[in-house]
Amino acid sequence: MKIAVLQFGGSNCDYDVQYVLTEVVGVDADIVWYKDELEGYDGVVVPGGFSYGDYLRAGAIAARAPIMNSVRKMADRGLPVVGICNGFQILVESGLLPGALMTNSYPKFRCDRVNLRVDNNTSPFTNSFKKGQVVRIPIAHMEGNYFAQEHTLSELNSQDRVAFRYVDEQGNATSEANPNGSSENIAGILNGQGNILGMMPHPERASEFILGSKDGKKIFDSMVEYISSF
Amino acid sequence: MQYHAEVTIGLKSGMLDPEATTIQKALEHLGFPTDSLEMQKRFVLELDAPSRDAAESLVAEMCRRLLANPVIHNFDIEIEESG
Repeated sequence: MKIAVLQFGGSNCDYDVQYVLTEVVGVDADIVWYKDELEGYDGVVVPGGFSYGDYLRAGAIAARAPIMNSVRKMADRGLPVVGICNGFQILVESGLLPGALMTNSYPKFRCDRVNLRVDNNTSPFTNSFKKGQVVRIPIAHMEGNYFAQEHTLSELNSQDRVAFRYVDEQGNATSEANPNGSSENIAGILNGQGNILGMMPHPERASEFILGSKDGKKIFDSMVEYISSF
Repeated sequence: MQYHAEVTIGLKSGMLDPEATTIQKALEHLGFPTDSLEMQKRFVLELDAPSRDAAESLVAEMCRRLLANPVIHNFDIEIEESG
């Protein structure tokens, strides 16, 4: 099994993700430069950062790079794809996930630990959590304000495609617990097939106790387990 | 033919723009109260196309494919012959 961690000019969480996959989770993971071939991989992580300096819109330029067509083909085959932070922005800009990520409602870069409620625990990324479980994973972004039109939001809800919401410690999705103004406190969503996850929080920064939380590791563990059973 | 195109891209009506709101508040602090303030992006480009219609549809395609995000943006295109 081998997982690809995409790298664009300006990606900066690529090596963190590779480290967690290889050293903490224990699978092979290559950094794949956006001009290189994406072949022979069983899953893809689109990591965080500031690809192309966030020019035009966060994720907009990277989303149009030809390598994203290869990502789309892998996703069509059912292989798992996860986009984290800028990676989530790239996935919505490329149309692999619905909606848009806009400037935080309080227009400031927010770097903080947040509580997330696991609303979907049946996807290849979230099936080792309990439904409704509150997990702690950090955020670090300026454009994480998830927006989608009303019909998209109701589709996400009715199809159980909201993976995570920002909540307080008790698990309530209050406006105080919403760090960026996201519609319905949405922090992470799934595609229709369930094999693409986009999330603003950084699970790779919460994969070892020394960093204060291991909750994020479960996402990579589940992904690896899904690939093994594929 | 050579054409000059100006593309204006803005948020769809009713969408919150925290950056614009902040600027509006800053203006108010300076003694310039306003009823509304919107921020837009403007792209100015020169391109070759067989006709004006062709130029316009090319630029519209650029907007749909990259310059705008159809989920949140409206765009407006102005074209004139330039050479």
